[in-house]
Amino acid sequence: MSDAELITLSAILAAMVRAATPLAFAALGELVTERAGVLNLGLEGMMLMGAVAAFGTAHAGWGYAPAIAAGAAAGAAMAALFGLLALTLRANQVACGLALSIFGVGLSAFLGKSLIGSPVTALPALPVPGLAEIPVIGAALFDQDILVYASFLAAPALHWFLFKSRRGLILRAVGENHDAAHAIGYGVLRVRYAAVLFGGAMSGLAGAYLSLAYTPMWVENMSSGRGWIALALVVFATWRPSRAILGAYLFGGVTILQLHAQSWGIGVPSQALAMLPYLATVAVLVLISRDETKIKLNAPACLGKVFHSGR
Amino acid sequence: MTVSVSAAPPRLVMRGIVKRFPGCLANDGIDLVVEAGQCHALLGENGAGKSTLVKIASGVLSADAGEIFWEGAPAAIGSPAAARALGIGMVFQHFSLFESMTVAENVALGTGDPSPLPALAARIAEVSARYGLALDPQRRIADLSVGERQRVEIVRALLQDPKLLIMDEPTSVLTPQEAQSLFGVLRRLVAEGRSILYISHKLAEIRILCTAATVLRGGRVAGTCDPREETAASLGRMMIGADFAPPARAAAAPAPGEPRLVVDRLSMAPEMPFAPALDAVSLAVHPGEIFGIAGVAGNGQAELLRALSGESLAAVAEAVRIDGVAVGHLGPRRRRACGMGFVPEERLGRGAVPDMSLADNTLLSASRSEGMLSRGLIRFARARQFAETVIGTFHVAAAGPDAAARSLSGGNLQKFIVGREILQKPRLLIVGQPTWGVDAGAAAAIHRDLIALAQEGAAVLVVSQDLDELFSICDRIAVMCQGRLSAARPVRATTVEEVGMLMGGVFHLDGTAEGPGHAPAP
Repeated sequence: MSDAELITLSAILAAMVRAATPLAFAALGELVTERAGVLNLGLEGMMLMGAVAAFGTAHAGWGYAPAIAAGAAAGAAMAALFGLLALTLRANQVACGLALSIFGVGLSAFLGKSLIGSPVTALPALPVPGLAEIPVIGAALFDQDILVYASFLAAPALHWFLFKSRRGLILRAVGENHDAAHAIGYGVLRVRYAAVLFGGAMSGLAGAYLSLAYTPMWVENMSSGRGWIALALVVFATWRPSRAILGAYLFGGVTILQLHAQSWGIGVPSQALAMLPYLATVAVLVLISRDETKIKLNAPACLGKVFHSGR
Repeated sequence: MTVSVSAAPPRLVMRGIVKRFPGCLANDGIDLVVEAGQCHALLGENGAGKSTLVKIASGVLSADAGEIFWEGAPAAIGSPAAARALGIGMVFQHFSLFESMTVAENVALGTGDPSPLPALAARIAEVSARYGLALDPQRRIADLSVGERQRVEIVRALLQDPKLLIMDEPTSVLTPQEAQSLFGVLRRLVAEGRSILYISHKLAEIRILCTAATVLRGGRVAGTCDPREETAASLGRMMIGADFAPPARAAAAPAPGEPRLVVDRLSMAPEMPFAPALDAVSLAVHPGEIFGIAGVAGNGQAELLRALSGESLAAVAEAVRIDGVAVGHLGPRRRRACGMGFVPEERLGRGAVPDMSLADNTLLSASRSEGMLSRGLIRFARARQFAETVIGTFHVAAAGPDAAARSLSGGNLQKFIVGREILQKPRLLIVGQPTWGVDAGAAAAIHRDLIALAQEGAAVLVVSQDLDELFSICDRIAVMCQGRLSAARPVRATTVEEVGMLMGGVFHLDGTAEGPGHAPAP
């Protein structure tokens, strides 16, 4: 390979990682929420609110850290609304989640009206000295911004939390059998609120990454369905963080590849190529879901069920 | 032992406990005294308030009124954790285990013990060795038998060194041998000075195990006694408040003739991850005969019932025959047209639609046989009339044909469903768990109805976990274990012990076990 080709490859890999990052955040957040037995379909709405809040804060010149925090807080605030309806008031989770998505699209568009067309400087890359110069993979792994690094750490951290820590065990127990968890004496609603808020904050971070780093601007509905893909990834990953990350990189990878395929002038309409990541994800999803037993083994048994404490 | 204990304050005193649920007063001023080192029975029919009372004692529910004293001092048991801190351990009736997690994880969740899993696994091994409760901490709950699951619950409770262990109907899911070894463990716990509050409606086991009893009826205390000095009949009278006649056995064995139902080497792949496969199940039920299938839950009975009702279709049509007609490929409606009636295990959801009226629920199975349809339209008057007949004939306590199925108690709804099937005059009736969770009065009525149906010449197949039930109504019994069915034995020529061995997977009576990992009876 020539140097130029190597540099292109390196750039493609780095772009793939960036395309996957928002999906990784949102999918990992939803994975924790669902492991606690709550199905929150409102990812799209929470992401958009996170995006507009982060962008607005950065645009006002308050700096990146407050902007990222604002994104996470906005996602968590939306999730709190969902929790109030679906957990405290015991409304149907599917209906609440769908409403949250639609509400988030509308509210973010309304709040972000004055921000359209304004620029911010993209979240700066923080190259790791020495490692960033590694050919091909250096740029993808070690020359990224803080949010990408955070997403790298999130999956192993969550795996440890869910499967090694005591709190993770309790969280899974609540999702597996909320009546038994209650009978033993765990606060089902408290655990679920925590999981829902965490999921919201992660969606908010996904949104913040979109508007601060991936395409540093605010556009209405800029998440363009990523929330729904992340939702599908959780099932595809059979509720395991490592597989959710894999799914995110698969989707991100195909997204970038089809962009490059468009520029290489393959005789396929660009609209058809743009469908590819979605088709690839659906295809893999279907293939994986064929093994029903595996899904049932890992699926939180109380997913989406309303909890009545009976007190 | 009794001398030393009598000086100490009672371990648990509950006084004037009141708990009201919407539409029902579950506990109405209940008093209960459990001494130290005592195995105390809490007796009562379903709905007498037993489970509510122990949920209050274990902190799962809070009482509306009443006082609780623990070892002489007033105690507020506001949560399960508070109960655990006092020394109250609970083994639940419907196991509170997490299916997809390991034994060690389940124990960690149940004890509030923050020690790391490997250390906990060692303590589990130690406790299970001390009490002879064999357990592998690394196994997943879903792969365990019901008896093993109960062991997990007991070990989980014992790890907290409880002073009072509450056991809610612990033997309802065990084979007789498993129950015997459980009694051994419980006697040991009592000898160590622990108290046991033992909830059951099986009078025989209470009389051999417990030294004191509190009998509940309709949310009140009907009396206290020493069960060793009572007879099963006198305890039953306290529980029910009236004498009830046990059902009379079918008088004579039916004349052998052409069998009505033949199942011929029926095999089925499992439909759910943890379900057993049916493995060449064969049986024949003759007209006038009640054929019982015993077995610990989850050994393929549910799968067999589905295959018989037509919910699952057999691979070979001839594998299921009714009066010689191969029906293995026919769905439920066409099997009903062959004269089959079916009472499923689950009353709400399978046997009846919870939110629909009783009249509408008759349409589910009787719409054709009772002429409730006319050119595609429903004749509601017929359905109402049929529902009223069922309610009247089978003494169903219900507000009327318009009452929602959900509003009936378990026993009354079961009487209604059984009645709905019987009144259609089936030539073959298949019943799953006819009296599961049904009180003794309703159970006796259902048993009498099934016997009467058989005496009129119908073939009846009963699948049940309750051996007493099978032995009192059946002519022949076969045992299901891990998807296979033993040869049928006449009830008169077999014993509870023999059937119990078969339930534990010992198919050859020379003692070679075919099933895995069952603890032998002591």
